[in-house]
Amino acid sequence: MKWHRISALLIRHLYLYKRSFPRIMDIVYWPVMELLVWGFLSMYIDKLEVGGFNAITILLGAVIFWDFLNQSQKSVSIAFLEEIWEKNLLNIFVTPLRLSEFFVSTLLIGLVRLLLVGIILAVLSFVMYRFNLFEMGFALIPFVLNLFLFGWALGVFANAIILRFGTSAQILAWGFIVLIQPFSAVFYPVSALPAFLQPVAYLLPSTYVFEGMRSVLTAGTVSFPLLWGAIAANAVYLAVMVYFFFRMFVHVKKEGKLLKLEG
Amino acid sequence: MGAIISIRNLIKEFKGVKAVDGLSFDVEEGTITGLLGPNGAGKTTTIQMLLDLILPTSGCIRIFGKEYPAGREEILGKLNFSSPYVGLPGNLRVHENLLTFGRLYGVRNLRAKIDSLADYFEIREFMDKLTYNLSTGQYTRLNLTKALLNDPKLLLLDEPTASLDPDIADRTRQLLKRIQQERGVTILYTSHNMQEVEELCDKVIFIQRGRLKDEGTPAELVRKYGREDLNDVFLHIARTQ
Repeated sequence: MKWHRISALLIRHLYLYKRSFPRIMDIVYWPVMELLVWGFLSMYIDKLEVGGFNAITILLGAVIFWDFLNQSQKSVSIAFLEEIWEKNLLNIFVTPLRLSEFFVSTLLIGLVRLLLVGIILAVLSFVMYRFNLFEMGFALIPFVLNLFLFGWALGVFANAIILRFGTSAQILAWGFIVLIQPFSAVFYPVSALPAFLQPVAYLLPSTYVFEGMRSVLTAGTVSFPLLWGAIAANAVYLAVMVYFFFRMFVHVKKEGKLLKLEG
Repeated sequence: MGAIISIRNLIKEFKGVKAVDGLSFDVEEGTITGLLGPNGAGKTTTIQMLLDLILPTSGCIRIFGKEYPAGREEILGKLNFSSPYVGLPGNLRVHENLLTFGRLYGVRNLRAKIDSLADYFEIREFMDKLTYNLSTGQYTRLNLTKALLNDPKLLLLDEPTASLDPDIADRTRQLLKRIQQERGVTILYTSHNMQEVEELCDKVIFIQRGRLKDEGTPAELVRKYGREDLNDVFLHIARTQ
């Protein structure tokens, strides 16, 4: 793997973010709007004084974590779509760029987006709702990293589908993540799900992270079984999704469809 | 001079239909070779296999004596490609595009390299323009600048003068000649403009229905088929079953 090739793609996307207001809005607008809506709702629930339940802590933590996952998935999908929209896939894949380098660059783009959103949401939630994201301490880092990697794996999967079916499947870049939201126990514990869905929930790394986050915010303790659960599930997802993408890439090269992804 | 590209018995089948059917030819180092044939002859498929964008069904492609996939990095590092049908990102400025591709090729002293090419192709005046605001002529020159960033030993050009007005097309041809003479670059290119091919090419390869139909210098082929010019030879070959 060569850093100059990875940084080339990273910088290519940063050029766009640097001057594109719609792109910055795409990163900032939705997370801020969600934070406002859920923040005000949390304040209202807090006023209802439901016993033993700190709505601001639980719901705002969940909203912010969910956005981390969302940003990570979108960053890899949109970086890929950007090359298709600009008819640039040929140009970059006739350079010595490797597929693995392409994906590392999307990982770094995702990290930039995540940092940007993280800082904005952390500051905004503290100023408006006195919610301190860093209450979680160092436990925050492994949980966020797990969400980031899971989002990236889902993005790679969405890209594999776009590769296979062309841009007619690009809706996945925006909507795919919503599919897993009900089963990830984002805003409620796994125990709130019907019994038959609870094993399904534990197939998702995100479930372990959200359960772990609640455990830190409410009990103040890091649940290592949940953290290890997230890491183990993520390892499986990452391996399967990346393998799936590579297979799809070889498939479209055999079919001669790499440059015919539009439509 | 040895063969820089060597293709042997290349076959590409799409759902039972052979787009390339047992093609074999060589491209000699330091030459300009035209890959010609009617629409659907298999030129683009062949070029894309040379670029590792399409996987062959069978056969052998050797470029610089290496094969895909093992030699991919070395092969693609020493060649470049340009086509008016493939856009550089329009939402990047000209210099941003060149910096991006220069980094992708790992070009040393990149800014100095871009500077010298900017003078060579006279693109300095629009380096800060967004690429989608360029005129066709400016865009062609940018494409060629990008294609020379890595000092390629081999240039694959897909209809480089298509959709250009006669003046810009002529300037582009002069540039290609200059590139080949001054830098010793081997050029393989496709075109439907037979006058251009006669003017530029040391050798032409005619393919039809994915098979090699004939090859030689333009003058040899004109003599062999007893025709007025290469355009007549093309029509004769294309209309012969």
